[in-house]
Amino acid sequence: MAKKLMKGNEAIAEAAIRAGATNYFAYPITPQSEVAEYLSHRLPEVGGVFVQAESEVAVGNMLFGAACTGKRAFTTSSSPGVSLMQEAISFMAGAQVPTVIVNIMRGGPGLGGILPAQSDYMQAVKGGGHGDYKVIVLAPSSVQEAVDLMMLCFHLADKYRNPVMLIGDGMIGQMMESVEFPDKYDEPPLPPKDWALTGAKGRKSYIIKSLYLDPAQLEENNFALGRKYEKIKQNEVRYELYKVSNKNRILIFAYGTMARICQTAIDELEEEGISAGLFRPISLFPFPEKEIYREIVKPNVETLLTVEMSMGQMLEDIEKSIMGIKPLGFFGRTGGIVPTPEEVKAAVKKQLGQGK
Amino acid sequence: MADVKKDPLTIFSRPEALSSNITSYCPGCTHGVIHRLVAESIDELGIRERTVGVAPVGCSVFAYNYFNVDFMESPHGRAPALATGFKRIRPDMIVFNYQGDGDLASIGMSEIIHSANRGEKITVIFVNNAIYGMTGGQMAPTTLPNQKTTTSPMGRDVSKAGYPVRMAELLSSLRTPGYIARTAVHNPMLIVDAKRKIRRAFANQVEGKCFSLVEVLSTCPTNWGMAPDAATKWLEDNMVPYYPLGTFKTPEEESA
Repeated sequence: MAKKLMKGNEAIAEAAIRAGATNYFAYPITPQSEVAEYLSHRLPEVGGVFVQAESEVAVGNMLFGAACTGKRAFTTSSSPGVSLMQEAISFMAGAQVPTVIVNIMRGGPGLGGILPAQSDYMQAVKGGGHGDYKVIVLAPSSVQEAVDLMMLCFHLADKYRNPVMLIGDGMIGQMMESVEFPDKYDEPPLPPKDWALTGAKGRKSYIIKSLYLDPAQLEENNFALGRKYEKIKQNEVRYELYKVSNKNRILIFAYGTMARICQTAIDELEEEGISAGLFRPISLFPFPEKEIYREIVKPNVETLLTVEMSMGQMLEDIEKSIMGIKPLGFFGRTGGIVPTPEEVKAAVKKQLGQGK
Repeated sequence: MADVKKDPLTIFSRPEALSSNITSYCPGCTHGVIHRLVAESIDELGIRERTVGVAPVGCSVFAYNYFNVDFMESPHGRAPALATGFKRIRPDMIVFNYQGDGDLASIGMSEIIHSANRGEKITVIFVNNAIYGMTGGQMAPTTLPNQKTTTSPMGRDVSKAGYPVRMAELLSSLRTPGYIARTAVHNPMLIVDAKRKIRRAFANQVEGKCFSLVEVLSTCPTNWGMAPDAATKWLEDNMVPYYPLGTFKTPEEESA
């Protein structure tokens, strides 16, 4: 298919349809309302379901009910809205119901602002609701990657019967880039959805639930979830390296839009004779811990820097991954302020002991 | 049980939609009667194999163990949202919520009003016993004025807690067509009335008509601190006058 110039939010919406997800529930919130606007006319064209709900609390639970049919369903929202969905996400994780939730992050806490941020990393990656659970979290850094990962989200959700989150900062949602869609999402075969509620015809009734009052049963459910998360950690780590070589004096860690800004900074530093490489986690859960360690142990790497549009959230996972063997610095802007390549360059130089 | 049913001499047996599991409900509680009326309606309409129930949080969370139909267990109060998500994708299936008064009229107030207002073609069985049962008898939005509970030990003070919410009347005020009725099951005559209304609420969905809700007044002898017969009398003397029985809205007539 030919390339098309599209806004990130609309491209994400279209990608879902190409992945066969034609059931969408949402509540308006900046900076991602274009998704709902696009789907409100696009879904009826493909015979899908579009419901504008009364709140994000309802959205999360409509999604829960929708996913119990075994059909692909999704929602999109932004930070405060995703906070309201955490109840349903915990229930869906506990009941092992596959769904996809997109968070086009804006600055917080509280009502915060409407400009790009990466301050919901912890909420997404560490389990934003109650209980021992994980959602798979993917973070695109371009509109094309948002399209590709959005489709992958549905595949992973079905593969593991688990909620999957796509997190992008407001920039991913608002910026326009050229994108290419496959006519049909080509995905590996999936297990049959023999758990879906289709009516107790010629079989015993199925129950989709997360309640286990017997502690031994609840523990067994948690163990089963734990085994699943281990499998996800083994199979689904995704990341990208940029200009990583044995000349790098410093390795930078950044994801999403922030990683692209770091790429520009790395290109400019190269011209100044400073060799820096970028490690960009794409899957935030599972986090590429071992892969990061493998890169940072290389003898040429003197020091490390994490750059985020937050006060330092992925930073904690980087700290865990490097096990304290090399110095690690942090540079972040928040509140909707996007760091410039100049600021990143200055942070790199400072980390290398060359700055002020 | 299925074998017993085939016996031509059997005139009364367990509905196929009701499981043989022993319930967790207290003696004198009317959840059991209401479950049976729901199951009879499902059987009579021949919809068991395409029915999905949504269990609430509260005493009837275990409803999923007592019906022979597929079930989803909802977060507290959100059953109408789950039902909406499911029914929109599978309009060919029959979806019913079974919710208590804490679940529906307190934490789930938003979800029930908006589902009714969107006219979701679902069936809601709303069991109102004027108290939180599962958590041990706290004040509910439906607790009567001066009624003593573990969180209103001096009786419900309407100057602070407001008056009990009349859900059937509240939902009837919506412009969207729907079926809204209130009934009770504390005597045989009312059990017949309840059955008729519950069956109507399912039939409306089978016919693709409208949102349907039947509020059923129920006893909670354990948390009311009464013997079952005293609880029945208390319901009749106190709840029925405040929560009048009747049909408040039908899809044929649209409220102005």
